[in-house]
Amino acid sequence: MTVKPNAFSQYPDAQGRFGEFGGRYVAETLMPNILALEKAYEDARADPAFTAEFEDFLKHYVGRPSPLYFAERLTGHFGGAQIWLKRDELNHTGAHKINNCLGQVLLAKRMGKTRIIAETGAGQHGVATATVAARFGLPCEVFMGATDVKRQAPNVFRMKLLGAKVHAVTSGRGTLKDAMNEALRDWVTYPDETFYVIGTVAGPHPYPMMVRDFQSVIGREAREQMLERIGRLPDAAVACIGGGSNAMGLFHPFLEDEDVRLIGVEAAGKGLDTPDHAASLNGGEPGILHGNRTYLLQDADGQIIEGHSISAGLDYPGIGPEHAFLHDVKRAEYVSATDDEALEMFQLCSKLEGIIPALEPAHSLARVRDLAMELGPDGIILMNMCGRGDKDVPQVARMLGVEV
Amino acid sequence: MNRLTTTFARLKADNRAGFVTYIMAGDGETADLLDALPAAGADVIELGMPFTDPMADGPAIQAAALRALDNGMTLRGTLALANQFRAKHPDTPLVLMGYANPVHHFGYANFAKAAAKAGVDGLICVDLPPEEDTELREALAAVNISIIRLATPTTNDDRLKTVAEGSSGFVYYVSTTGVTGMGKGAVTDVAEAVKRVQTATGLPVAVGFGVRTPEEAAEIASGGADAVVVGSAIVSANHDGGTKTALELVSRISAAVRAAS
Repeated sequence: MTVKPNAFSQYPDAQGRFGEFGGRYVAETLMPNILALEKAYEDARADPAFTAEFEDFLKHYVGRPSPLYFAERLTGHFGGAQIWLKRDELNHTGAHKINNCLGQVLLAKRMGKTRIIAETGAGQHGVATATVAARFGLPCEVFMGATDVKRQAPNVFRMKLLGAKVHAVTSGRGTLKDAMNEALRDWVTYPDETFYVIGTVAGPHPYPMMVRDFQSVIGREAREQMLERIGRLPDAAVACIGGGSNAMGLFHPFLEDEDVRLIGVEAAGKGLDTPDHAASLNGGEPGILHGNRTYLLQDADGQIIEGHSISAGLDYPGIGPEHAFLHDVKRAEYVSATDDEALEMFQLCSKLEGIIPALEPAHSLARVRDLAMELGPDGIILMNMCGRGDKDVPQVARMLGVEV
Repeated sequence: MNRLTTTFARLKADNRAGFVTYIMAGDGETADLLDALPAAGADVIELGMPFTDPMADGPAIQAAALRALDNGMTLRGTLALANQFRAKHPDTPLVLMGYANPVHHFGYANFAKAAAKAGVDGLICVDLPPEEDTELREALAAVNISIIRLATPTTNDDRLKTVAEGSSGFVYYVSTTGVTGMGKGAVTDVAEAVKRVQTATGLPVAVGFGVRTPEEAAEIASGGADAVVVGSAIVSANHDGGTKTALELVSRISAAVRAAS
């Protein structure tokens, strides 16, 4: 496919910008590192041997390609458009996160880095990073908010089993954004030996581009699978958004297919009209945090506000800069779903399809339901089932008043 | 030409290093502390603008920022403190230091106007490297406020050129890779780096991050730095013992810096 001069997919530019978003807003200590990483990544992605190794591990270690599945019972239940699920929850470690971790750890190895660090919220990215670091024999340290360490004890134990060291972050308010601050502080302190594996399409350039590229395997496979299975592209591709890596991975290969609507679902928490949500695009303003200019939840003084969502994976006050761009140029639509809707869909999908979704893609299902009605029986919806719900079972049980 | 230029010229004429003190706006009795700093020996004052996510700061300044925010400090409030200080102290340079987002949210042009009105001489934005500061730098240059850039042990000669371009006032040399308040870099390495940065930028070099005691400050001062910055130690003294304890520390460090150079 040739890329038109005004193509949506031509970004970022040389400054790492997607329109007016993105960039490299980091302390001087990290600038040489960021520039070296950019160069190393450009070299790697031009090297067929790097791509071949990445693809080999995706196939035999991660278990790709993930299936494309027609969700017949959900389709029947909603009574509208056909719903097709991209089954990224079947990946090794249970979510899309590992696609990116694998790419970044291979790059770290290529750059001769001897130490891996990562931030994590619920622990999925931490587990995926620890997994790949274990596979390649690299020491791994994961920064996790102290509150999350308590809430997500099983994932903390998993990371430890995988040989990672978990730092409970008590600075700030002890949440995901503080974990990211602490990882950045560690990186500033040990810049030479450390590779920071960022878990989403945010952070300073080249991270938003690099993470997107590694995750784009989702959209590339899905696009091919749709053509193969039903001979046409979907009317809409839907994914949930915290930082936005699974959504960007799904959307990117469809950016130039202008008939395919791209729909991102943010976490509306207790409602967009309350302070308790994590919808950066629908409830935030442009600002600068964690290395990039993007939409952020912030107050009148430019102080960052904590996000809230039932799903720890969506609970981040920012969003990847490419989503901010796609939102502003209106190539993608960004909607939201509440905690209650996610909880309802979590149970519905389990009962109807025998698939226990993670709470994150359960948000997507709530909007897929509306969209199915809107498009009617001739419509085709592609949704990324980006993670499985095993990790959420104890929390959901608690919320439903069941003791497990 | 602003207060920073005249102050560094005077220090050079006196053949001594300057002493830069950092405090956090809104943490404790900031107005009183600010007012007393020049008499206690501060040549230049850095006033921290609190931010929720201070990713280049160590525990002491992180905690100070959160206390300040809990006390209701805002960027507007910080500018009001600067204004109040300037009314009584016409000559001591005042530099605001913090992170980009509150300034970005205030609006770069609005901020430049308000900061000039408050008598601010310089701005250090930790997460605004030269690649990203053009718009703000131009707005500030129009009102004679310097953008003070950071150089670090990882800043090689190529990047020093980038740092020098458009820099004014002084260059802040971060003596060690790491966050504020950790150990300082080895003294010999720092002296060598200071010379490198002075040569490349033609600007005075202030050394900070991890300088905590009068002895350490004196070492840095005698190693050829144009100024020594102390932050976390003063912030901690202020929190632990109040204004009086902080000022005592400032006096002791100031005496050591003066004696050293």
